[in-house]
Amino acid sequence: MILTVTHRTLYRYDAPVRGVVQSHRLTPAAFEGQQPRDWRVTVSGSVIGGGFRDGAGDWVQAHTVQGPVSEIEVLVEGVIETVDTAGVLRGHKEVVAPPVYLRKTAPTRPDGALRALAQKAVAGAEDPLDQAHRLMAGVADAIAYRPGQTDAGTTAAEALALGAGVCQDHAHALIACACSLGLPARYVSGYLMVGEGDGPNEAAHAWAEIWIEGLSAWVGFDAANRCCPNAQYIRLGSGFDAQDAAPIRGTARGTGEENLDVTVAIAAVQQ
Amino acid sequence: MYDDGQVRPPYAGLEAWTNTMPAELRHLKQAEAEALFRRIGITFAVYGEGGDPDRLIPFDMFPRVFTGAEWARLERGIKQRARALNAFLVDVYGRGEIVRAGRIPAHLVYRNDAYEKAVVGFTPPRGVYSHIVGIDLVRTGPDQFYVLEDNCRTPSGVSYMLENREIMMRMFPGLFRENPIQPVDRYPELLRRTLASVAPMKCDRDPTVAILTPGHFNSAYYEHSFLADLMGVELVEGQDLFVEGEFVWMRTTEGPKKVDVIYRRIDDAFLDPLCFRPDSTLGVPGLMDVYRSGGVTIASAPGAGVADDKAVYTYVPEMVRFYLGEEPILENVPTWQCSRADELKYVLENLHDLVVKEVHGSGGYGMLVGPCSTKQQIAAFRAKIEENPGNYIAQPTLALSTCPTFVEQGIAPRHVDLRPYCLMGERIELVPGGLTRVALTEGSLVVNSSQGGGVKDTWVLAE
Repeated sequence: MILTVTHRTLYRYDAPVRGVVQSHRLTPAAFEGQQPRDWRVTVSGSVIGGGFRDGAGDWVQAHTVQGPVSEIEVLVEGVIETVDTAGVLRGHKEVVAPPVYLRKTAPTRPDGALRALAQKAVAGAEDPLDQAHRLMAGVADAIAYRPGQTDAGTTAAEALALGAGVCQDHAHALIACACSLGLPARYVSGYLMVGEGDGPNEAAHAWAEIWIEGLSAWVGFDAANRCCPNAQYIRLGSGFDAQDAAPIRGTARGTGEENLDVTVAIAAVQQ
Repeated sequence: MYDDGQVRPPYAGLEAWTNTMPAELRHLKQAEAEALFRRIGITFAVYGEGGDPDRLIPFDMFPRVFTGAEWARLERGIKQRARALNAFLVDVYGRGEIVRAGRIPAHLVYRNDAYEKAVVGFTPPRGVYSHIVGIDLVRTGPDQFYVLEDNCRTPSGVSYMLENREIMMRMFPGLFRENPIQPVDRYPELLRRTLASVAPMKCDRDPTVAILTPGHFNSAYYEHSFLADLMGVELVEGQDLFVEGEFVWMRTTEGPKKVDVIYRRIDDAFLDPLCFRPDSTLGVPGLMDVYRSGGVTIASAPGAGVADDKAVYTYVPEMVRFYLGEEPILENVPTWQCSRADELKYVLENLHDLVVKEVHGSGGYGMLVGPCSTKQQIAAFRAKIEENPGNYIAQPTLALSTCPTFVEQGIAPRHVDLRPYCLMGERIELVPGGLTRVALTEGSLVVNSSQGGGVKDTWVLAE
């Protein structure tokens, strides 16, 4: 499948700021499941900073903007070819040892309820891959997709207690459950081409990857959509949690209040 | 100082000095030393104890002495250990051969809180993560030295090594004429050269070095400004630096100046709010991206702490064998890991004989010295260990060497340890000396300045 992406983030400051520094994970890596054809990230008025491929295989690119400035646009435009690999991340170059992803962070720390959910979900599972699928189902059953109930700071434990959340909450909960069983798991941020139907409508999307020792591979699980990532998914980068895997991390020098406006459009190119 | 009633050779020159010094003169000199320390402003603030934040660290005028031969062996051992620790750091952030070879358990490395995912796959200039390795040693026999712990991040105290010497030379110039004492005053220049030698890939000129301090509220601020002064480099706080394009810049009165090497005295977690703790105001936003793309060097390198973790410590002799193919010259203190059920059992049964430390603790806080503790203290500590065994390790109490120390009644033996500062860059350097800490309370084994320890000048004699 060939997908086109237009992802525009507009930062507006109510008082001009003296400067902005951003760190981006906005350039998808090439692996069996995806091959970027043409990809461009532009930041209005920016000086391009250092760029490097990190240990997890993601391209990180810094940008700085000298102020005073009251508006910055980050524009991602790309064309990428995707293939359905049933969620298995193959041919992705990375060097971080999987056990590193057993670390818990504030949003992914399992509480008693998450542990119990994990234990119950995997009862009778045959192997880790089967466990992972059941965990995904368990999390999807326990946390209904309901936007507006949670925010960026909601933890997995809070989302489970609430029984509602969005893709970020599903991913955090799945990571917490998997780690509580000793399965390394991580947060993935990316894009999803939303098809017809009434499923979650989040073009800027997130899911979890779980390390399956038997396959010697990371496998993606999207609890929000109860499926493994397929050709409709574009993978941008990974981390311990949403903050660690954020496509854009940035900060402004100054006192201006920041307002964000994000639009994402993903479309399939007719062949 | 004494061996079977005989004065040990290195101390021969000091015997006459003490024998001929009247008590009044000693008290006068002690007061003079204190006045000098006060005037210089070298004080030590103790965290969490309240009281006078500008308390002086007690200085004992009686020096500790090593012969040239004793030092030569120590020096080989210290450099060997510093090389092995750095090889380990490059390895565990790269291919992890030592883990693959089964020589150290994977979880101790990869699940360690000090292991930084953000630097995996990056090899710093010259393959050095820890540019200043402070190794805490105790002596238990003529040729037997044990390493208590390694400090691979930003070991403090080197300013005391330099100031103790300075003050001794000022007060007792005669001693320095009569004894062939090797100088330590090259340290700041060696440190500056070490830091300049690890300039980043993108630096194409004489590198600019700066020291990054958390500010004057930090207990080691004196040392930060002292070293900056002696090295002739800028002392900066996070707000003095900013990232623009591919580099880090320092605000100066003549406009922005590019900084190539940052000797940071702040913890990893505060270095860069975009990469680590987002609430940090001590660091520089965007610093880590510049670092990883070769625009600046950070010393010590972020992530270096995984090598000086107290649970990883057990495996340092293994690192020496694995990376260098040598037998370790310095010994490790036998260590019980409370995370292992059988070892925990032994520890809990023998608390009165053991020293128990927190795995990630430092500065002598959160530790139990069994033989010096009351039943109640031991019982309270037992509860803490049982609650979270993985957080503790235990070691036997060693028969630490003592050094003559001035006390109220004259001279008496007190337990000492030693922290030398090994520099690693293009070359590996060690000035002949270090910081000797002394437990001023009779019988005490705790030398930490935060727990009532003092300091001494440390002499290495020329052969």
